[in-house]
Amino acid sequence: MSETVDYRPMWEELGLDLEAHDALLGAVGTLYKDAYVRQKDRPEGMKYFDFVISEIHGLRVKELDDFRAQGGKVVGTFCLYVPEEIVRAHGAWSVGLCSGAEFAFDEVERIMPRNTCALVKSFMGFKLGKVCPYIQEADLVIGETTCDGKKKAYELLAELHNVWVMELPQMKREKDKAFWREEIRGLAEKMEELTGNRMTAESLRTAIKEVNDKRRALQRVAQARKADPVAISGKDALLAVQVAFYDDVPRFTEMVNKIADELDQRVAAGEGAAPKGAKRVLITGTPMAIPNWKIHDIVEKSGGVVVQEEVCTGSRYYTKLVPELAEDATIDEMLDAIADKYLDINCACFTPNEGRCDDVIEMAKEYGADGILHYSLQFCGPYQIEAEFVERAAKEAGLPMLKIDTDYSMEDIGQLSTRVEAFLEML
Amino acid sequence: MRVLGLDIGSRTVDAVWLEGDRIVAYEVADSGFDPAAAYRDFLERGHDAVVATGYGRHVARDTLGCPVVTEIKAYARGASELFPGAASVLDIGGQDTKVIALHDGGAVADFEMNDKCAAGTGKFLEVMANALGFTLEELAAAALAADSGVQISSMCTVFAESEVTGLVHRGEDRGRIARGLHDSISKRVFGSLKRIGAQGPLVFAGGVAKNPAMVELVRLGFGGEILLPDECQIVGAYGAALSHANSGRPS
Repeated sequence: MSETVDYRPMWEELGLDLEAHDALLGAVGTLYKDAYVRQKDRPEGMKYFDFVISEIHGLRVKELDDFRAQGGKVVGTFCLYVPEEIVRAHGAWSVGLCSGAEFAFDEVERIMPRNTCALVKSFMGFKLGKVCPYIQEADLVIGETTCDGKKKAYELLAELHNVWVMELPQMKREKDKAFWREEIRGLAEKMEELTGNRMTAESLRTAIKEVNDKRRALQRVAQARKADPVAISGKDALLAVQVAFYDDVPRFTEMVNKIADELDQRVAAGEGAAPKGAKRVLITGTPMAIPNWKIHDIVEKSGGVVVQEEVCTGSRYYTKLVPELAEDATIDEMLDAIADKYLDINCACFTPNEGRCDDVIEMAKEYGADGILHYSLQFCGPYQIEAEFVERAAKEAGLPMLKIDTDYSMEDIGQLSTRVEAFLEML
Repeated sequence: MRVLGLDIGSRTVDAVWLEGDRIVAYEVADSGFDPAAAYRDFLERGHDAVVATGYGRHVARDTLGCPVVTEIKAYARGASELFPGAASVLDIGGQDTKVIALHDGGAVADFEMNDKCAAGTGKFLEVMANALGFTLEELAAAALAADSGVQISSMCTVFAESEVTGLVHRGEDRGRIARGLHDSISKRVFGSLKRIGAQGPLVFAGGVAKNPAMVELVRLGFGGEILLPDECQIVGAYGAALSHANSGRPS
């Protein structure tokens, strides 16, 4: 695994700014070393993820490159509402795109207001700064109308890349459900147009099964987080979900299942990634794209442990499965099943979104959380406002909650650490 | 057992030496540009154990190998030891503001802290005093003497400074501006106190508790009793020392 391959010709061909890209990879490497490699008592299986991160813009990009050279199509996404099943049923691959670090914000702020959420600024920065090989490999970027910031940013991104946007309804009434089922069919048509392949009931069934298997593997990892001592750190569990967005699906599933086997043994042996009795925190809020490990890192360096994250790079990604229908189910029936499953995810872009509060409280109990940490990116209106309802639900359930609004910068680490440490002392 | 409590803040390093439950000595020193140098001297005065709190606690932990507690816990502990009936704490320090609601017995029930900017802190007052050509003492005296304050709408230190400069150029009375600045801080403080459900008696600590105008405004605006420590800057260091397991009063 340790042989070094020179990916620079590939990056150059993809149009990356090599110097800026080196700086980015250097920063990610330093962050990873500090947040991950220094952890004690990690599961052995996490070596796979150390490898994945060491090859973050290398091996996987090469795989995409080779796949495309053979005529395969790659789509890039920024959100879990874009069903991977439909992409795969057309023989294409889906990858989550870079949006977890501050990059080229000076260039972004020339075309976008400064007070735009860090995630939106980030994906624009990666594109403008020419440092994301994944978007360069994406034949199509599929956006969604989850928030106004992204919605408008996609218009700007469309000037630089091939972008197509799905409309996600903002409510969950019957007519919204019907509308979303149509959007899902629109995605299938778009994929057919992009790939020239027509999906079959067989290919769709296989795709549903494969993606469900990936989610099942992640569910097994989550299960091991219920134990005290917790079998895997919150950071490691978060990383697994982050990588799930872009790794090869069958390989990822196999590796995560191996980790889950190891975690089962650790739970049985009473071994933990944190001492027994460490304060257990449930995080809820906005997504954390690689390399945004900020809040997990603060909590776990302060002696707490994150036992679950009710976020799009957490439980929302894998808790619900697409129903695997009988052998004679039609494409239409399967598409409806996919549409309904995705609409059932509780994101703050919906109104109302009471289901999220229920999910948070239920999960806090299930995972034995001592407290809830509400994490939101600054300028994310939906989550920052919805925090009020989560706080009320937490209060009613007798669970302390700490509310943190922040961005990708490191300048508030000192104050955040004090707040998180004091919160842990209080629990 | 002599326990040294260190509160390593952004503006001052405060030290309390505790023997049993008795404060035998205390010091307040400027943090300067090398806070570690400020407390190096304190470490040479003899102690059996050290507990650090404040902004610089992690550095102290890494260099001295001493236990640390957060400022929240330290202030809660120190304030409730000084005033056993205290129900809440307000600490306005050099670069942060904390409000803490206490359970009976002094444990932290809830708290709130300002985020990364210095809005409404000691630093804010320093910058504003400078913009008005006052010393900190003159700023407080002018605010107290004014019968009303102008409305200051910015809490951001940088924006508020521009706002103050604008007001000065429009010929606004400096005393009314000073009063307006204090009003804006107290309004923010009351918002925080309300959010955490703080009850009286309220212990007002930290460097800004030495500002008579702030004390007066907090007294007027807060519904309950206000308690002022004799030495408002050492409450955190005292609480840190008390939190040591072998201090006279284990928590």
